[in-house]
Amino acid sequence: MSETTTNQDPAEIAKSAKKKLAELSSKGKLTPKERLAIEPQLMPVQYPVKRRKNINEVALGYSAEQAQIEAMRCIECKNAPCVDGCPVRINIPGFVKAIAEGDFSSAINIIKENNILPAVCGRVCPQETQCQEKCTVGKVLKDTEKSVSIGRLERFAADIGRETGAMKTPTVKPETGKKAAIIGSGPAGLVVAADLRREGHSVTIFEAFHKPGGVMVYGIPEFRLPKKIVRQEIDALTAMGVKIVTNFVIGKTRKLMDLIEKDGFDAVFIGTGAGLPKFMEIEGENLVGVFSANEYLTRANLMKAYDAKADTPIYNSHKVVVLGGGNVAMDAARTAVRLGAEEVLLLYRRTEKEMPARTEESAHAKEEGIQFHMLTNVKKFIGDEYGILSKLECLRYELGEPDSSGRRRPVEITNSEFIVEADTAIVAIGNDSNPLIKQTTQGLSVNKWGNIITDENQKTSINKIYAGGDIVLGAATVILAMGQGRTAAKAINKILAK
Amino acid sequence: MNKILSKQQLSENVFKIEVETPLIASERKPGQFIILSLDDNYAERIPLTIADADESKGCITLIFQVVGATTKKLSYLNIGDTIDNVVGPLGKPAHIGKVGTVVCVGGGIGAAPLYPIAQGMKKAGNHLITIIGARTKDIVILENEMRKISDELIICTDDGSYGRKSLVTEPLKELCEKNPPPNLVVAIGPPIMMKFCSETTRPFNVPTVVSLNTIMVDGTGMCGGCRVTVGNKTKFVCVDGPEFDGHQVDFDNMMKRLNTYKRREKSRFEEECKLDTQINKLKGN
Ligand SMILES: Cc1cc2nc3c(=O)[nH]c(=O)nc-3n(C[C@H](O)[C@H](O)[C@H](O)COP(=O)(O)OP(=O)(O)OC[C@H]3O[C@@H](n4cnc5c(N)ncnc54)[C@H](O)[C@@H]3O)c2cc1C
Ligand SMILES: Cc1cc2nc3c(=O)[nH]c(=O)nc-3n(C[C@H](O)[C@H](O)[C@H](O)COP(=O)(O)OP(=O)(O)OC[C@H]3O[C@@H](n4cnc5c(N)ncnc54)[C@H](O)[C@@H]3O)c2cc1C
Ligand code: SF4
Ligand code: SF4
Ligand code: FES
Repeated sequence: MSETTTNQDPAEIAKSAKKKLAELSSKGKLTPKERLAIEPQLMPVQYPVKRRKNINEVALGYSAEQAQIEAMRCIECKNAPCVDGCPVRINIPGFVKAIAEGDFSSAINIIKENNILPAVCGRVCPQETQCQEKCTVGKVLKDTEKSVSIGRLERFAADIGRETGAMKTPTVKPETGKKAAIIGSGPAGLVVAADLRREGHSVTIFEAFHKPGGVMVYGIPEFRLPKKIVRQEIDALTAMGVKIVTNFVIGKTRKLMDLIEKDGFDAVFIGTGAGLPKFMEIEGENLVGVFSANEYLTRANLMKAYDAKADTPIYNSHKVVVLGGGNVAMDAARTAVRLGAEEVLLLYRRTEKEMPARTEESAHAKEEGIQFHMLTNVKKFIGDEYGILSKLECLRYELGEPDSSGRRRPVEITNSEFIVEADTAIVAIGNDSNPLIKQTTQGLSVNKWGNIITDENQKTSINKIYAGGDIVLGAATVILAMGQGRTAAKAINKILAK
Repeated sequence: MNKILSKQQLSENVFKIEVETPLIASERKPGQFIILSLDDNYAERIPLTIADADESKGCITLIFQVVGATTKKLSYLNIGDTIDNVVGPLGKPAHIGKVGTVVCVGGGIGAAPLYPIAQGMKKAGNHLITIIGARTKDIVILENEMRKISDELIICTDDGSYGRKSLVTEPLKELCEKNPPPNLVVAIGPPIMMKFCSETTRPFNVPTVVSLNTIMVDGTGMCGGCRVTVGNKTKFVCVDGPEFDGHQVDFDNMMKRLNTYKRREKSRFEEECKLDTQINKLKGN
């Protein structure tokens, strides 16, 4: 089990937290030493055996008392190193203090100044390598897992703010008459939309899918990020007057330059994500039963294949092999478990230490019975006489010299081939960038991976056109995409102010 | 938006509808398709070719065959109803140019996607020979439309109830044996038909274009569900196609992939059919 979560009954936890809070409050203002002595609050989660069979959220959220106690652990550092770790620079000490004082509505409104998707970020940010990595409390206690749980507190503030209606719709300045178009409704696009709209510009988001949200709706599963929450965060944008046009593919329904030349948009932001699944280019990859994680997850999430009411089918799997070691691989494996697979194996070329997935997610995956096989990769997919996947020929690896990324390079061990039987394989080895816009826009510079090249203000090689998020960074994170969106919005607001 | 402006039943299981989508109508080119779904929550996304478009009316024509749950539900919609989601035009446009003699072969519902391409080929100044094939007379579609644009029209039925009693590959072979053989063949229909058309033209080295109808989800290159093997390389039908060189396509793999969800789709379809009988009972049919 993950060190920072607990399977205990949430009601019990809340009860003991209540007692503890009363005890702490009776002490008056706490000294830093007293704060450091407070035990980190564990996140209650659904019991593994139970959650294997449902699609509901795994982490259940702090109770109000738990949140207050956790917030009291913050020693209110003057230089607030945690803020430097947050790509959108939330006023962390400020909102944490508000929670400690029980002023939850101030907490959410402080967060909202810098982050329009707090309920999302509080759930999916890799906090342990961002804000929480820098936290002084973790440093003093020599364990990042003991840092103040900034993400969980952010989630708490967002959830309670939403439930109580404390979250204010950001004010919008008087209409300027300027028009901006945003392509893609993932986190990057949404941030730009909010920031431009606040300044009074008219903003239209064009989204290829029938629902806005990008990876937050089609990739990250319900059990980690309930779609209702994404929907509500997006509703806050429409309440500000942002227009969202779905079923609209830029490059197909309309060309990028037409937005400027014919439709009168004064600026465009491209936030189309990294949606082109990579395959391994090995034998048997197109057999029936071999899927990209994107396809598997889209069927399960966006198209709701987990629900018997959905028309979209999903493959009926007994034994699933997932290839990869990132968040996407974890999500695919955990989804397969929930869709009824009896056995799920995860194969990764390196060791658990190099795995890019968040430790909490891989710990949860293991609790759910997913078998990790490290230093292993597939060499070819083998089908039966009907062209349906029946087994994988795999190879063992060992770690060699560090490569350019500083991680030790996996080297295959000769003659180590062995067979794994499986009816389903899910390839989760990453995404390249989608070429639709590049192909239909002259003069748009991209690098050799197809990522759009921008300057430090996120401006592309074409005037008035900006880009950010995964289409620029390659597959990254929600908050980094938002950080780039913020930078782009600042630059766009500047040119629109002229 | 997406309002159904007209509806016509072409044969027992084939319907033709005009849908109001002004932007798609003006941007689309022959060979492209749309993806539609009937609601935001539980509906499936299915691809259909844009069989024709009328820019002045701002509408596109779709011709579809009822084969499963979604096409069945689509067939229930009437004039004035709207389709919740229509996105397009997707895929690369067909390559249309003047090459000389072009043989367009349409099998079954394949005549629908073939029509705009045949139209384009004729407009480009080619000598157009069209072959349409169907199981039986009642399900021959677009005969008049095709006759209007073709220099020569050959109709084949499997059971001989109309036109020639043969598979489309027979007249195709005869045309290839002529001197000179056709400059280009475009074959669209069930995968098995496209496979045999490609096999027919291969010995004659007649370039053969096919339009593939794989299973799709997004239609924008995001999921890889539509992938096929072409010349030993993996291609995505939705963005690299739907047109490919028939001599390079691994049809056997494609046909197997099309059956990925067969069992589940069948049960879904049976549910819809039950619903159909109930509706008919209610209507007193
Ligand atoms: C399964 C999975 C799990 C992940 N887990 C995490 C996690 O736990 N934590 C984390 O921080 N990050 C996670 N990520 C990464 C994170 O989701 C992405 O980095 C982030 O969503 C990128 O945001 P974006 O705005 O750049 O693009 P996206 O979220 O990819 O959104 C792009 C949008 O643009 C639309 N679009 C594309 N092309 C066009 C076009 N031509 N016209 C119109 N619209 C178009 C797409 O349909 C999509 O909706 C995960 C990713 C995946 C796939
Ligand atoms: C680019 C493209 C263009 C197309 N154009 C047309 C068109 O103009 N008119 C038309 O009638 N159909 C067309 N199709 C096929 C159409 O998309 C399918 O018939 C439809 O998805 C079936 O949906 P359903 O829910 O009714 O049936 P389902 O329940 O999904 O399937 C019923 C049966 O059809 C098979 N099937 C599923 N998808 C396809 C498919 N893509 N092609 C062939 N068989 C399939 C299934 O294996 C199953 O046996 C096109 C497909 C593609 C990829
Ligand atoms: S947005 Fe992410 S990085 Fe920033 S404070 Fe919240 S959890 Fe930390
Ligand atoms: S670094 Fe940690 S202890 Fe310091 S202000 Fe930030 S959250 Fe509080
Ligand atoms: S349909 Fe998803 S990539 Fe083609």
